Amino acid sequence: MAEPADNIHGASIRLAGVYKIFGPRHLDFIEQVHRGMTKEELLEHNHVLGLSNINLDIPAGIIQVIMGLSGSGKSTLIRHINRLIEPSSGVVAVNGIDIMQMSPVELRDFRRNMTAMVFQKFALLPHWTVLDNASYGLKLRGVAKAERQDVAMRWIERVGLKGFENKFPNQLSGGMQQRVGLARALANDAPVLLMDEAFSALDPLIRVDMQTVLLDIQKEIRKTIVFITHDLDEALRLGDRIAILRDGKVVQKGTAQDIVLKPADDYVANFVKEVNRSRVLLVENIMQPLEAAAAPAGLPRLPARLLLDEAVRRLTGIGASEGLAVDEDGRPLGRVTLSDIVQAMVTPVDCPPEVAGMAAPATERAAAGA
Amino acid sequence: MDWLTNFPAMDLERLTAIKRAIDESFRSFTRAYGDVFEALFEPLKSFMIAAEKFMTGAPWPVTLGLILLLAWLASRNWRIVVGAAAALLLIGYLGMWDDTMKTIAMIIVATITSIIIGIPIGIIASRFRRVRLVLSPVLDVMQTMPSFVYLIPVVMLLGIGKVPGLIAVVIYAVPPVIRLTDLGIRLVDAETLEAADAFGSSPWQRLVNVQLPLALPTIMAGVNQTIMMALSMVVVASMIGVQGLGQPVLRAINSQYFTLGMFNGFAIVGIAIIFDRVSQAFGRRLQKHREVAHG
Ligand SMILES: Nc1ncnc2c1ncn2[C@@H]1O[C@H](COP(=O)(O)OP(=O)(O)OP(=O)(O)O)[C@@H](O)[C@H]1O
Ligand SMILES: [Mg+2]
Repeated sequence: MAEPADNIHGASIRLAGVYKIFGPRHLDFIEQVHRGMTKEELLEHNHVLGLSNINLDIPAGIIQVIMGLSGSGKSTLIRHINRLIEPSSGVVAVNGIDIMQMSPVELRDFRRNMTAMVFQKFALLPHWTVLDNASYGLKLRGVAKAERQDVAMRWIERVGLKGFENKFPNQLSGGMQQRVGLARALANDAPVLLMDEAFSALDPLIRVDMQTVLLDIQKEIRKTIVFITHDLDEALRLGDRIAILRDGKVVQKGTAQDIVLKPADDYVANFVKEVNRSRVLLVENIMQPLEAAAAPAGLPRLPARLLLDEAVRRLTGIGASEGLAVDEDGRPLGRVTLSDIVQAMVTPVDCPPEVAGMAAPATERAAAGA
Repeated sequence: MDWLTNFPAMDLERLTAIKRAIDESFRSFTRAYGDVFEALFEPLKSFMIAAEKFMTGAPWPVTLGLILLLAWLASRNWRIVVGAAAALLLIGYLGMWDDTMKTIAMIIVATITSIIIGIPIGIIASRFRRVRLVLSPVLDVMQTMPSFVYLIPVVMLLGIGKVPGLIAVVIYAVPPVIRLTDLGIRLVDAETLEAADAFGSSPWQRLVNVQLPLALPTIMAGVNQTIMMALSMVVVASMIGVQGLGQPVLRAINSQYFTLGMFNGFAIVGIAIIFDRVSQAFGRRLQKHREVAHG
């Protein structure tokens, strides 16, 4: 996660003070929006506030997940990173280079070599076969035909479409088309991968498969991946960091644990209320720190960064009711009891009442599971 | 009260003077540059002559076979090919083979010329809104202005013959290709274009990989209309020296030969139907990959 690694292949991405107003006279309104004009007020002038003061620093090599309801500006945000959309004001920098300063030719090279994108609506070329679609990025880079088809074929196999390489996109189901889009992006092997609801059309089984493919790639070569999703479990599984968008603003950013433990407002709380907390929270999030240096003897040891559901499995497996959290070097850090864990799994009562009330079924499930 | 019953027109003498002045200057322009224009259209002339010579010079079974082969390659539909064969054989049997071949040659040359001129203009129009704004009324004029009117300057410049006739046909027939190329390109799915950009297409790559192929069915609809409009100009073109089925029709009008007119008229209809069916079937075949296989 945050620890440095030498296999980082990705690039850092920085959005600073990014505003986007949609409309022909967007620059005329930018001053007023900076001074606090709201989305509704702007709408009276027939302009749409797409993004408002986005500040996001994405270090190289992580998966940054972006969540938010429909229309919250996720697609708009991700399109700023390869300048498919230009900000009305603010800076977008990749590896420290301001992409707004690039000439058309520089921008083309940047897009060819630094980024690859998976589109929400697939955006395949209907008159090209799956194989040609998957090798599109490499073709634009000028890679020789045999080589690019070789690479594309490998990725077509990896996304499970072997045997379909000579079909046309419209002969495939939606989920299969989405995987062609995925193969097309992955074949490019770019340091920055932009994925706009890249798995939304997949069935649950294939979806988990594709998540695994993505995580495997991340183990081999750490790209910087910006991943948009509506699915919280997916966000929590993939995201090293998560940002939550609402009406074009980032309302919260942080790790999965930050978001689940300390939702910034009702909107975020609503997002996380249904989540299976035992698959998100870690032992270190709930342990009681040790007083003094005295480590109680005889307690089973649990890694501090273990997920709660695994901790429960281990404790109940040996019939223990309490465990000792230790860091990577085996130093004791704190203690956790089974009842602490169960309590952490259910939605905390200090949530807003309607949220706690609506989360009841999830609570039952979690308790029954434990 | 005279000005109420008679429209207060311009002074007749002055009006005549103006018209005469314009005519005079255009006439001197044609005298000065007629040769230049003739040279300019020389390639078109040789193309036209070559096409005509080929269509009428080759033994008729060869020409017929070639036409049917092309119809088959474009449509892959036996019924269309058989229909075309029947129509052409009947036309030939009724003694109109040579004229029909000349007309087909003219249509082919006019269509190819329209495509060569029309598609680039359509591409430019789709790219620049201003061009489109200027072009649109120009195309309207080209389609609604009676063709005899623009035949006058064309004939003044180039005289009577194949080339001025062809120019008149192209002026009338080129607008659909331009309009539908422009429209087809602008209707290309925005996200597909974004994908082309996101992977780093140059404007040229974007055009040939995405815009033109996705606009092709629409462009083909334009080509089909162009062919039909060119055919409707056959008689007019024959008035200034284009040979083919139009000339017997003219003769029939002048001498009131009812049957001659009917025969040639139906021959024009016959080849119009052949061209229409073949080009439409070709357009549909271009879209084959768009058909959704499931459901
Ligand atoms: N080109 C545009 N012109 C005007 N408004 C736009 C444009 N593109 C997006 N918007 C508006 O900006 C807002 C954010 O749109 P965006 O597509 O980024 O949402 P999203 O979060 O990706 O939603 P979804 O989950 O449905 O994909 C919406 O209110 C949308 O109407
Ligand atoms: Mg979206």
